[in-house]
Amino acid sequence: MKSAVVQLPGLNRDRDMIAALTRISGQAPVAVWQTETDIPDVDLIVIPGGFSYGDYLRCGAIAARMPVMEAIRRKAEAGVKVLGVCNGFQILVEAGMLPGALMRNASLKFVCKEIKLEVVNADTDFTRAYETGQIIRCPVAHHDGNYFVESETLKSLEDNNQIVFRYAEGTNPNGSLSDIAGVVNKRGNVLGMMPHPENLIEAAHGGNDGRGIFASALEVVAAA
Amino acid sequence: MTIPNQIAITPELVAAHGLKPDEYQRILDLIGREPTFTELGIFSAMWNEHCSYKSSKRWLRTLPTKGPRVIQGPGENAGVVDIDDGDCVVFKMESHNHPSYIEPYQGAATGVGGILRDVFTMGARPIAAMNALRFGAPDHPKTRHLVSGVVSGVGGYGNSFGVPTVGGEVEFDSRYNGNILVNAFAAGLAKSDAIFYSKAEGVGLPVVYLGAKTGRDGVGGATMASAEFDESIEEKRPTVQVGDPFTEKCLLEACLELMATGAVIAIQDMGAAGLTCSAVEMGAKGDLGIELDLDKVPVREERMTAYEMMLSESQERMLMVLRPEKEEVAKAIFVKWGLDFAIVGKTTDDLRFRILHEGEEVANLPIKELGDEAPEYDRPWQPSVTRPALPADKVAAPADYNDALLKLVGSPNQSSRRWVYEQYDTLIQGNSLQLPGGDAGVVRVEGHASKALAFSSDVTPRYVEADPIEGGKQAVAECWRNITATGAEPLAATDNLNFGNPEKPEIMGQLVGAIQGIGEACRALDFPIVSGNVSLYNETNGVAILPTPTIAGVGLLPDWSKMARIGTAKDGDVLIMIGIDGSHLGSSIYLRDIVGSTEGPAPEVDLKAERRHGDFVRGLIRNSQVTACHDISSGGLLLALAEMAMASKKGAKISLGECKGLPHALLFGEDQARYVIAVPADLANFVCASAESAGVPFRQLGNVGGTALQVDDLVNVEVTRLVDAHEDWFPTFMA
Repeated sequence: MKSAVVQLPGLNRDRDMIAALTRISGQAPVAVWQTETDIPDVDLIVIPGGFSYGDYLRCGAIAARMPVMEAIRRKAEAGVKVLGVCNGFQILVEAGMLPGALMRNASLKFVCKEIKLEVVNADTDFTRAYETGQIIRCPVAHHDGNYFVESETLKSLEDNNQIVFRYAEGTNPNGSLSDIAGVVNKRGNVLGMMPHPENLIEAAHGGNDGRGIFASALEVVAAA
Repeated sequence: MTIPNQIAITPELVAAHGLKPDEYQRILDLIGREPTFTELGIFSAMWNEHCSYKSSKRWLRTLPTKGPRVIQGPGENAGVVDIDDGDCVVFKMESHNHPSYIEPYQGAATGVGGILRDVFTMGARPIAAMNALRFGAPDHPKTRHLVSGVVSGVGGYGNSFGVPTVGGEVEFDSRYNGNILVNAFAAGLAKSDAIFYSKAEGVGLPVVYLGAKTGRDGVGGATMASAEFDESIEEKRPTVQVGDPFTEKCLLEACLELMATGAVIAIQDMGAAGLTCSAVEMGAKGDLGIELDLDKVPVREERMTAYEMMLSESQERMLMVLRPEKEEVAKAIFVKWGLDFAIVGKTTDDLRFRILHEGEEVANLPIKELGDEAPEYDRPWQPSVTRPALPADKVAAPADYNDALLKLVGSPNQSSRRWVYEQYDTLIQGNSLQLPGGDAGVVRVEGHASKALAFSSDVTPRYVEADPIEGGKQAVAECWRNITATGAEPLAATDNLNFGNPEKPEIMGQLVGAIQGIGEACRALDFPIVSGNVSLYNETNGVAILPTPTIAGVGLLPDWSKMARIGTAKDGDVLIMIGIDGSHLGSSIYLRDIVGSTEGPAPEVDLKAERRHGDFVRGLIRNSQVTACHDISSGGLLLALAEMAMASKKGAKISLGECKGLPHALLFGEDQARYVIAVPADLANFVCASAESAGVPFRQLGNVGGTALQVDDLVNVEVTRLVDAHEDWFPTFMA
C-alpha cells in the first residue's frame, strides 16, 4: 500500500510520520509539498502535526486554504483514505472536511504527555487492528485540542458511529467535549485525531499501541 | 523619526553606550579620529561584556577544550564532538537572563531560538534541548508571573520549532528575586565532514542576508545585558527581541537544504548585536574586509537608520558568503520557504568594515581590531573566605524522619517538575528514550541501529557560593555522574557562567574560583568544555545572584537497549550504594530546608573517586548487571531512594546496619561520587565482589519491594504518599 505525507511550512512531525509509515509499511511515503495541485496515486494521505504557518491565525486556518488541500479533497471524494493528526486534524476541520472545532486547551497550556484512548469504533479503515472498547496508550502534544461541536452535530456523530477515539480513564488532557479525541467523516475515509500514534510504534518508544492505526489504514498485519 | 549619523559624540552618549572613558580613548587611539554615531554603536556592540568576554577571557583560556573526540572547541557558534561512524554532535548553552526578567515570554522564547540557530548554523539538525531556569523565592510577588511566562516562552518556541526538550533544571532561591536565569541548551546532529563555519574565504564574493526582515526590536540588547538592573528596568522592554519560531523552522529547513547544495562558503547567524557581530566575525576570521550596503537589507519598518540596522537584534536572520555560481539555486530554496534573500554586500581585501547607507559611508573601521583589540581586563579578585567545617554532630537530627522526608520531596526545589516539562514537547522526532524526571535525557541517533546520546544540565549554586572551587568541580562532577547513571560515556560539556558584577573583587573571585574548579574537574574526568557563554552583571540594586556556573554535558551510549533508568527496579532487587557513607551536611538541602540554615562548607569533590566510581557503575550497566540506577545528589541517600521508589512505584526495605555515622548524616549527607543501583538478587554478591576488587566503596542497603519506603525504624512512608507530596507542590503553587 502506498502513502503520501503532506508538507507545509511549519509542520514539524512530518519526519516522525514518514519514519512511522516507512517502518510499518516497509515503503517510504511520497512527500507532497503545499503548492502541488496533484497528488500521486496512493492509498493513504497523511497530514502530520506541527504548527502550519506558525498557527498565528486559528490553528490550521491558513493551511486549509493552500492549493494542496483542494487536491486532497478531490482524493478524499474519490475514496482515498486521509488521516490528519494534531495540526492535521485542525487543518481538516478548518477545511470543512471534518465537523467541529478545536479550541485552546481548557488549561490554556500546551500539554505533552501520555494519555489513554478508548477505541470507540473499531469498524473503520483506520481501526480494524483494534477491538471496539479496547483501551490503548497514546501520547498527546498540543495547545489547541479542545474539541467542540454543537449538540445536533454531536448527536449525529454518535448516531453514525463517527466518534472513533475517546480519552479514557479520566485522561482527557484538553477539555474536549464528550472526551472526543478522534472523529471520522460520514463516509469513513477521513480520520482526524489529536493524539500522536506515530510516536508510539516501536520498542524505542516504550510500546507500539499506535501501530494499529497505520497497520489498519495500510492494510498490513499489525505486528505485535 | 530618524536618527542622523551626525549626532555629536558627547561623554554622556559614550556612557549611555556602556563604554568607559578609557575604553572610548582606546577607540580614539585605534581609529585616529572621533567615531561616527553608527561607529560608536558598533564599538558598543562589539566591546560590551556579552560579546567581548572582556572580564572573563583571561580565565576562560585556562579551561581544557581539547580531546580526542573534539572536532571544534569554543570560538564558533557551537562545539562539535565526534560520536563515531562519521557522525558528530553539535551543542552549546547560552543565557537569556536579562531579557527574560524584563519580558519573560519573549525573553525565554528568543533564548531558545538563539541557541537553536547557533546549532543549525553549523549544519546540524537540532535533536534535543534543555533549559536551566532559576527563579526568585516562591513567595516573591514576581515569581509566579516569571515562571509562567518563561515556561510558556520556552515551550512556545521549542514546541513550534519541533525539538524535544529532554532535560533541564528549575530552582527557586531568593537570591534570584531581581535577576532570574534562563540558560538554554541545544544539541544537533551532523556529519563530521559537513560542518559549516563562520570564516569567510575569497575576495569579491557576495555576502547574503537570509531569513526574517530587520526591525527595531532588540536594538542595543547585548549592551543592556551587560549592565546591572535598577528601578528603571521597565524602560528596557524595547531592548527585548520578539521571536517567530515558524520563521526559524523555515530557516532551519532552508539552511540545511542550501548547505546540501554546496553553495555555502561561510555562515553566521545574527544573534547578539545582529548584523554587526555576524559580519565582523565572518570577515575577521577569514582575514577579509566586509562592505555592507544597508539599502539592500530587508526591513520591516520604514526609515530605519544605519545605527538601528547595525544594532537590531531581530531574530531568525542569517548572514552567508555564497559561491556566486550557486546564487540562483540558493535563491530558489529561500523563495520556496518564503524567506528573504538579499545580497547586501561583498568581501573585500582591505580588512575594513565599511557600511554604506543612502549613498553615504556611515562607518569605516578596521575589521580585525574590532574584535581582537576589544579591551581585556585582569580585574582584581578576592578569593572567597573558606567556611569552617560543620561536623554532623553539630547539626540537629530531625524530630521525625518521615515528616522531614515528606517535606523535602514536596519542597519547592525537590518537588516534581512535571508541571513544567508537560508544557514542553518531549516526544517530537520520535527518538526520545528518556524524558525529563530521570538522571539524564536520552535521545537515540536517527539512522543508527543502537547509538544514543545522553544530556544533563547541572550546578548547585549554594555550593559555589560556599566554595567557588569545590562548587565549580561539583557542577562538572554531577553532570558527568548523571550522564554516567544512564550508562553513557560523558564526552564533553558546555558552560554557562552566570555571576554578578565582575567589577567587585568578591564576585570576580567567585568567577575565578569556579572556573578553576571547572577546569580541574574537566581535566580529571576527560570532559572538555567545547562551547559556552558568560553572563555577568546579574545584580539588582547591588545584590548579586548566587554564583551559578551551569554545566551541560553530552554522553554517548553505544547501545541504548542496555541503558539504565531511575524507575525500573524490580521486586526483590538488591539496592546497593556505590561510594562512601554520607557524612557531609554543610550547605545541604537538609540543613537549608529542614534546619533552616545555609552555613557550612560545600562537599569536597574527590575527582579520582568520582571517576573510579562512575567508571565502575557504567561498566555494570553496560554488562546488563543493573536494573535501575540513580545518582545521589541534593538531599542525599534518602532522597535518592525516595526518587527511585516514586519513579518505579515500588517500596524498599533499607537497613543502615553496615553504615558508620549518625543516621541523619547517613541519610541526608551530600557527599559526592555516589550512586544507588538496583541489582538482581542473584548478582548482588558478584557486584559487591567486583566493587571490592575495583577499590570502590559500597554498601548493601536492602531490597526493593512492598508499598512503603522503610529505613530501619526511622522511616516508613507509603510510596503513594511520597508521590502525592512530590507531585502536589508545583501545580498548587502555580494554580
